[in-house]
Amino acid sequence: MKIVVLVKEVPDTYGDRKLDLETGLAQRAASERVIDEIGERALEVALSHADANAGTEVVVLSMAPEEAQASVRKALAMGAASAVQVVDPALAGADLGVTAKVLAAAVQRAGFDLVITGNLSTDGSGGVIPAMIAERLGVPQATALSAVTITDTTVSGTRATDAGTAQVSAPLPAVISITEALPDARFPNFKGIMAAKKKPLEVVTLADLGIDVDPASAPQTILTAVGAKPPRGAGVKITDEGDAGEQLAAFLIENRLA
Amino acid sequence: MTFAADSVLVLLDVTPAGELASSSAGLLGAAAQIGTPVALVVAGDHALPTLAAAAGSLGAAAVLTAGLNGADTQLTVPLVDALTAAAQLVEPDAVLVSNSIEGRDVAGRFAARTDAALAVDAVGVARDEEGVLAHHSVYGGAFTATSAPTFGPLVVTVRQGAVDARAEAVAAPEVTALTVTPSGAAAASIESFDAAVVESSRPELRGAPKVVAGGRGLGSLEKFVLVEQLADALGAAVGASRAAVDAGYIPYAHQVGQTGVSVSPQLYVALGISGAIQHKAGMQTAKTIVAINKDGDAPIFDIADFGIVGDVFQVVPQLIAALEAKKA
Ligand SMILES: Cc1cc2nc3c(=O)[nH]c(=O)nc-3n(C[C@H](O)[C@H](O)[C@H](O)COP(=O)(O)OP(=O)(O)OC[C@H]3O[C@@H](n4cnc5c(N)ncnc54)[C@H](O)[C@@H]3O)c2cc1C
Ligand SMILES: Nc1ncnc2c1ncn2[C@@H]1O[C@H](COP(=O)(O)O)[C@@H](O)[C@H]1O
Repeated sequence: MKIVVLVKEVPDTYGDRKLDLETGLAQRAASERVIDEIGERALEVALSHADANAGTEVVVLSMAPEEAQASVRKALAMGAASAVQVVDPALAGADLGVTAKVLAAAVQRAGFDLVITGNLSTDGSGGVIPAMIAERLGVPQATALSAVTITDTTVSGTRATDAGTAQVSAPLPAVISITEALPDARFPNFKGIMAAKKKPLEVVTLADLGIDVDPASAPQTILTAVGAKPPRGAGVKITDEGDAGEQLAAFLIENRLA
Repeated sequence: MTFAADSVLVLLDVTPAGELASSSAGLLGAAAQIGTPVALVVAGDHALPTLAAAAGSLGAAAVLTAGLNGADTQLTVPLVDALTAAAQLVEPDAVLVSNSIEGRDVAGRFAARTDAALAVDAVGVARDEEGVLAHHSVYGGAFTATSAPTFGPLVVTVRQGAVDARAEAVAAPEVTALTVTPSGAAAASIESFDAAVVESSRPELRGAPKVVAGGRGLGSLEKFVLVEQLADALGAAVGASRAAVDAGYIPYAHQVGQTGVSVSPQLYVALGISGAIQHKAGMQTAKTIVAINKDGDAPIFDIADFGIVGDVFQVVPQLIAALEAKKA
């Protein structure tokens, strides 16, 4: 069984994240870059399946600039067998349509029984890539799974939406996305870090994938304006001396909030 | 059947109870701001006439109806097939879908299938000389961004509860039964389904004018009731931090923040929440923020309009009593 896990490099959410007001792109220098936490959890789902099932091959795939290689290596250090990184200057500022096209082509090229992604990235918050890739690959998708069972021929799990909770299943090959209800990922250990240096990390370009991102070839989404909101300041702060509840009630009533 | 040149196609979510989802009013309200709203509803045949009338009352000038065609047993694909047929018929300037889990999947597959430009998690839509625009709130509201298609219709997923505009009711919308040819695309099957228990009379978190949220500081499932009591005293919705959700005090649907729901209420009350950056990302655009925390250095105080350094178990019962005394 071959599982391809999609990981995205994002600005660390623990720091201040900034958009370039000229280009609308993330300011790479403004924050640390890390593998999105949900991508690590997706990798954990694949690795724990591999731990229990000999003959499982886990490949990580990321579309990111060259500088992101350290993040891809980290995924290898955690335990993936090999990695594919799609790097191409033409992909700077790629929209969702281009991203999905590229990732689907790279998944197809790697070969797969199952693709595992995060449900939602912390920078784009799109949550659409898994379904877009599934459509391009012509396979079923089951998104937002909070529990996953993988067999040789199927993937099934629990999918919680606003409307309720469903048990869903799909024959392989398929695409799934997982939620943060699934366990946090393992840390790479020393042995893993050493081993990662020797694991294959293939860098592929758009030409290797045979993909055209010419804006004339298909519609794309572009940013037409970006703005920063002034940061919010602090107001009144009091220490409770026995009547803070009453003071707060008065504040809420005065401001017509109660 | 012909459709207005400025038609905006809107896919309305239908709840398991067979009603239009609460996102519908905002979606049709947004559509009316940029063109003529044409709604698509997919449901069991018997429910379609009522749903079509409901869509009209929320502002749909025309309604396309389609039967389930497997939408109750298969994920996403039957809805994408219906949306594709509707878009071919209507040739809209934009397609609006709810940014719900199901809506995102449908929008993603539809955009990939039709090679259309896609804008996600919009907090509003607009139109200029060149066409339809989507407005976004990025990095927890620290930035705003506007996106547009290079050409063709824009497919937009609209954040639930973000659009306040409402369309004028249409008494007799034109209703057309849509012919859908199944694509035969492989789909995942729905094997069983448990509908979410619709919660009491408390407002829904998304779009609620007031939210009272609790964090790990509440200490236990039993003591989390304090959050609900204050919410009820204020007529507010209940939110939570990820730590409170992880600890099992409350289901994930109530999580506010980076990987939960984003809210922009008039009033946000944070009880026993430290104010981690990922939590702030989901609530810092609230109009008024109130925080109660034992730790005077908690980062939530940096953005609170009214902060109380104190114990929630002392302050909140007194607050509730004072609010009730005022009402009486
Ligand atoms: C990728 C990623 C995504 C994340 N997404 C989210 C998200 O969507 N939402 C979210 O909330 N978090 C999110 N987090 C987690 C976030 O970093 C914090 O861990 C979390 O918000 C902490 O929750 P908390 O404030 O309830 O708990 P804590 O940080 O433990 O704070 C508890 C607070 O309660 C106070 N307290 C204790 N007892 C009392 C008392 N009796 N009275 C008053 N105050 C008391 C303490 O002083 C403390 O400040 C995310 C993290 C990552 C890495
Ligand atoms: N550039 C990328 N490279 C690899 N995986 C990605 C990329 N963008 C999105 N994904 C995957 O798609 C999931 C959802 O992302 P998004 O649709 O951006 O919210 C992520 O958790 C990743 O698994």
